[in-house]
Amino acid sequence: MEKKKLKNVFIQGAISSDFIGTSIAKHQSKTSIGAHNIFLGQVRADTIDGKIVTAIDYTAYEEMANQKFHDIREATFDKFDLTCMHIYHSLGTVKAGEICLFVFVSSPKRKVVFKALEYVVEAIKADVPVFGKEIFEDQTHQWKENS
Amino acid sequence: MQLTIKYFGLLAEVTATTEELLETETCSVFELVKTLKNQYPKLGDTNFKIAVDQQLIDLNYIIETNAEIALLPPFAGG
Repeated sequence: MEKKKLKNVFIQGAISSDFIGTSIAKHQSKTSIGAHNIFLGQVRADTIDGKIVTAIDYTAYEEMANQKFHDIREATFDKFDLTCMHIYHSLGTVKAGEICLFVFVSSPKRKVVFKALEYVVEAIKADVPVFGKEIFEDQTHQWKENS
Repeated sequence: MQLTIKYFGLLAEVTATTEELLETETCSVFELVKTLKNQYPKLGDTNFKIAVDQQLIDLNYIIETNAEIALLPPFAGG
């Protein structure tokens, strides 16, 4: 089976506000767009059994994950009238308070982007093989699980 | 037949392995899981899904030679 070259969704480390800002600016030339919607996943400093999470170390089954991101992208374009969509996910260490997931959908109309964004984010959480090691202050860890 | 087995996250930790080649007569996923749990008893305490050539499959699936098997712990993306 011939496979199309897939987009690589992964970025090493946290996703910076500069990167997000630049990504928004790039859409100024796409003037059919009337509405953007953005989801930013941020690492939460949860307290678990009295210990605070300081960072999450992300790993992934990258080939399968990029294929899943591709499938989610295709399904979302089929379902919603979007002009464009961008997904970026971190790998490696992301500290509490930093951004680990950036999803950006754009459409001529606002109602579409509200629904589409939720659909994309929920699909990512459920279907993409990304794994997160929550690192505590004392350098012990536990493995995160999406609820 | 020869299989590539990949371990991720918690499973890489409990097996102390990220990837290995396995020579086996087994062709059902059910039997393979039994074999791996014998080899790595701590896998028995974990919860995982299995992908064959990057597709999630169930325990009845029949594996073909040279397949890439991945043991995937619960997802934590986002």
